[in-house]
Amino acid sequence: MTSSTRADVRRLPGEEGVWLFIFGDMLVFGLFFVTYVYYRSQQVALYDESQLRLSQGMGLMNTLILLTSSWLLALSLRAFRRSSVVLARPLLVATVVFGCAFVVCKGVEWSDKITHGITVMSNEFFMFYFMFTGIHLIHVLIGLGVLGFVLTRPNWLQRSTSDQAVSTFESGAAFWHLVDLLWVVLFALIYLMR
Amino acid sequence: MRVLLKSRVTVIWLCLIVATVLSWESVEDLHWVHELRLGGVVVMAIAFLKTRFVMLDFMELREAPVIMRLFAECWWILVGLLVTISFWTGLFGPVV
Repeated sequence: MTSSTRADVRRLPGEEGVWLFIFGDMLVFGLFFVTYVYYRSQQVALYDESQLRLSQGMGLMNTLILLTSSWLLALSLRAFRRSSVVLARPLLVATVVFGCAFVVCKGVEWSDKITHGITVMSNEFFMFYFMFTGIHLIHVLIGLGVLGFVLTRPNWLQRSTSDQAVSTFESGAAFWHLVDLLWVVLFALIYLMR
Repeated sequence: MRVLLKSRVTVIWLCLIVATVLSWESVEDLHWVHELRLGGVVVMAIAFLKTRFVMLDFMELREAPVIMRLFAECWWILVGLLVTISFWTGLFGPVV
């Protein structure tokens, strides 16, 4: 394939406005990550000690759940583009189920912390922990809402696809993968880095 | 379904899962070099490398317009380097 042909086939999946939001979000979270490292460097011992009170196993499970949901969604979108709605639908439902599992895990993790007297006020590390995972959880809930919206579009019942339906699906999928991407860094940064 | 499962995205997913488990284990395995902060450096490097493949293969930016792909590549490299190097070298350092 020549370079000019490659350039011709380059395309942005989904709506441009959604990508503007996604890239803006990535910049904001990039700033969050650097801010966290800065404050951590001021009190390394406190952060290391507090980190040991997190459940790394739960963090790992959350990561595996989101990565798997992203993979299922990518398969669903590919099936949808091939007009295989019968295959795309259960894959999308499975994505939503995995997304809900993430929310449940996060709820269990938070309630365990609160039960043990650990709150956002405990210390600086836990302030970041609850703030970052909380903002991320809001993203997960919005993502689930978007995927739910995609799932209730009429084309699923009509078992048909259109350019508009594909574009809507692509936009929702891009946002869900952003949720996955941000968690990959948060898991390493908050649960593992020491 | 078989065609979908054999696609590149499945290989990427498997690699991401393996990398996640390995980085989780490496924190324990590399505890003896805690003073060098090597465990944290490895974990962060793997994490940002993983974000590259999430962007290129899951978000499909591999075949996106050059400017979009450039943003994605710059994001993981710049943020990744800033976080990893500042963690490793204590770049910011404690305020005395």
